Amino acid sequence: MGTRECQHICGESSPAVGEAGKTGEWRDSFPVIDQEKCLPVRQNKPSCFLCWLYCPEAIISKTIPIQINMDYCKGCGICAQLCPAHAITMVHEEEFCLTETD
Amino acid sequence: MTESQEYYLCMQDYYEIRWHGRGGQGAITAAKILAQAAYLEGYQGVTAAPSFGAERRGAPVSASTRISPQTIMVVSQVENPNVVIVLDHTLLKYQEVTSGLVKGGWLIVNSWRPPKELDIKGDFNIATADATGVCSSLGLAVAGLTVVNTAILGAFIRATEAVGMASIEKAIRERFSNGEVGINLAAIAQTYEITKLEKIG
Amino acid sequence: MIFVSKKKTRKASTWILDGNHAAAQGAKLSRVQVIAAYPITPQSPVTETLSEFVERRELGAQYIAVESEHSALAVCTSASMVGARTFTATSAHGLAYMHEMLHWAAGARLPVVLACVNRAIGAPWSVLNDQQDSISQRDTGWIQIYARNNQEILDSIIQAYKIAESVYIPVMVCYDGYILSHTEMPVDVPTQEDVDRFLPQYKPHTILDPANPKNYNLVTLANPRVNAEGVLCHGYMELRYLLQEALQNSRETITTVGREFGELFGRSYARMFWEDRLDDADIIIVAMGSLAMEAIVAADMLREAGHKVGILGLRVFRPFPKSDVVQALEKARLVVVFDKNISYGIEGATCSEIKSALYGSPARAVIRNFIVGLGGRDVKARELVDAVNKSLLSLKEGVLNKEYPEWICAI
Repeated sequence: MGTRECQHICGESSPAVGEAGKTGEWRDSFPVIDQEKCLPVRQNKPSCFLCWLYCPEAIISKTIPIQINMDYCKGCGICAQLCPAHAITMVHEEEFCLTETD
Repeated sequence: MTESQEYYLCMQDYYEIRWHGRGGQGAITAAKILAQAAYLEGYQGVTAAPSFGAERRGAPVSASTRISPQTIMVVSQVENPNVVIVLDHTLLKYQEVTSGLVKGGWLIVNSWRPPKELDIKGDFNIATADATGVCSSLGLAVAGLTVVNTAILGAFIRATEAVGMASIEKAIRERFSNGEVGINLAAIAQTYEITKLEKIG
Repeated sequence: MIFVSKKKTRKASTWILDGNHAAAQGAKLSRVQVIAAYPITPQSPVTETLSEFVERRELGAQYIAVESEHSALAVCTSASMVGARTFTATSAHGLAYMHEMLHWAAGARLPVVLACVNRAIGAPWSVLNDQQDSISQRDTGWIQIYARNNQEILDSIIQAYKIAESVYIPVMVCYDGYILSHTEMPVDVPTQEDVDRFLPQYKPHTILDPANPKNYNLVTLANPRVNAEGVLCHGYMELRYLLQEALQNSRETITTVGREFGELFGRSYARMFWEDRLDDADIIIVAMGSLAMEAIVAADMLREAGHKVGILGLRVFRPFPKSDVVQALEKARLVVVFDKNISYGIEGATCSEIKSALYGSPARAVIRNFIVGLGGRDVKARELVDAVNKSLLSLKEGVLNKEYPEWICAI
């Protein structure tokens, strides 16, 4: 069974979760959210959501509270950079590991 | 003469016509009108081509028409024409105008001089007609310049009898607007009348 | 471009057309929808004529003015991708400038049709004819068709769309600059209704639809991979295999389309080359483009001198009609290949193809290669005859193989 079954005749893919593999494996730091600072949580209404808008992997949910799919979060830190409430902090994977083993 | 030319020129009713004029005088247009008229006359093979490359107004230019009862397979340039048509007699001083003209062919020149006075010797027949005189008296001009490219077709018909006046007329009617047809046809007819022929042997 | 007469036997009318106008008529009758081209001698009249058709609303196409040939083909590939039938035309340096996009159009499997008016490439500058330009693009994955006369230009462009849109491979219709592009001759112009009956609507294999988004021709890795839906997808190499396979299989389509064309219009293109008197020929001249016409005159002359000469006029250069060529040349003792191109350091491209086709076949012909007509050098039938005679003489002297081609020039 070869690749012919995909029936493509030129390079082709459809946008889908995981199309580029588990990008979470690329991560060396990850976002930690302080829910008390997050605007939608504080105001308890849909607002801001800049992190949802700008996440290049589209893996931040537009919910209260927001949720991040860590299978695909590459740890780029864009969300942390642009959060107006400074609610997101990037934590190095190593520190996380150390904390866990301690 | 090359063998290929001999091969084709021995065929009945096969014409290789080379036109000489100056850029802007309409030699290429005339070559095309003649091809079209010949097709209407019933010749299956006709081609019309400019000399290849860049062309400049006033500079000596040439064009060619091939006419044959059969489809034409030759695509190389005309080397040994059996008819040479010269729109501007001042070009006669250049050797290439009559170069390759075959024995017994026709040299047709727009000139008020009779053939004998052209001072050209060769194994070919000569026809002359003062197409410039005809066209300027008719007022056939483009952008102020007298054009003789259609008129000289009258001399061609008279000399070679390769194409009839009716076919030339049809070709002229298809190419020109109604207003231009009459004057061009008159120029052709008048040039036909005044053409002087000088045949060898 | 002059209308001449209505024929009673067929609905087509005969016009006296130069090659460039024949190409423009072919594109118009094919109802092209997007035209993007950049002027270059000797192609310019093609695009000028098409822009006039669009301006006069005789052709419902978008004429997109661009700043370069690279952009012209980029426009055509993009428009083709969203479902438009596209046309472009160029020559020489323009085609060279398109090189990257030629690969792209073929790789993306877009049925663009391009008229290549064959012209020599600089340095030094030349505007005159040879076939170095299109031969230099033979490995871009395009189908290449060479026309012998103006009728074939018009007919080939109409067929090119049917072929391209069946096999999703772009088609280059090549014809000799000036020799055909600027020479008028009778051309039967079919009616729009007949062409419409022949040429179905273009159905793109790629559809850009916001409701069903796709990535096309994205970065593709060396190895196949499973996509998010669990389907095993091609790697780069599988896509290349498919293009080669499609080119191989397109031979069938090209001949079928040519036969169908013949049934409807009375001019059959059921073979990938033209043959003339091959039946009893033991000497065969091979040429491509208008030179294959001139070769007919040479064959006439050689036959008069008692030689059994036939002609194989290559019409389709890519895909190369290998097995048919072998069959046609099998009985020959001498094959003389004339090339209006040179693959520097070896020989003419057509000659290499012929040799490669014959390898391992029962054919035992001696093959001679002559380079002719570069940069507009006139090629006379007489010179073709001389070349054949010269080859026969050297054959008599026992020379079987010549490492490099001979040139018909003044060196």
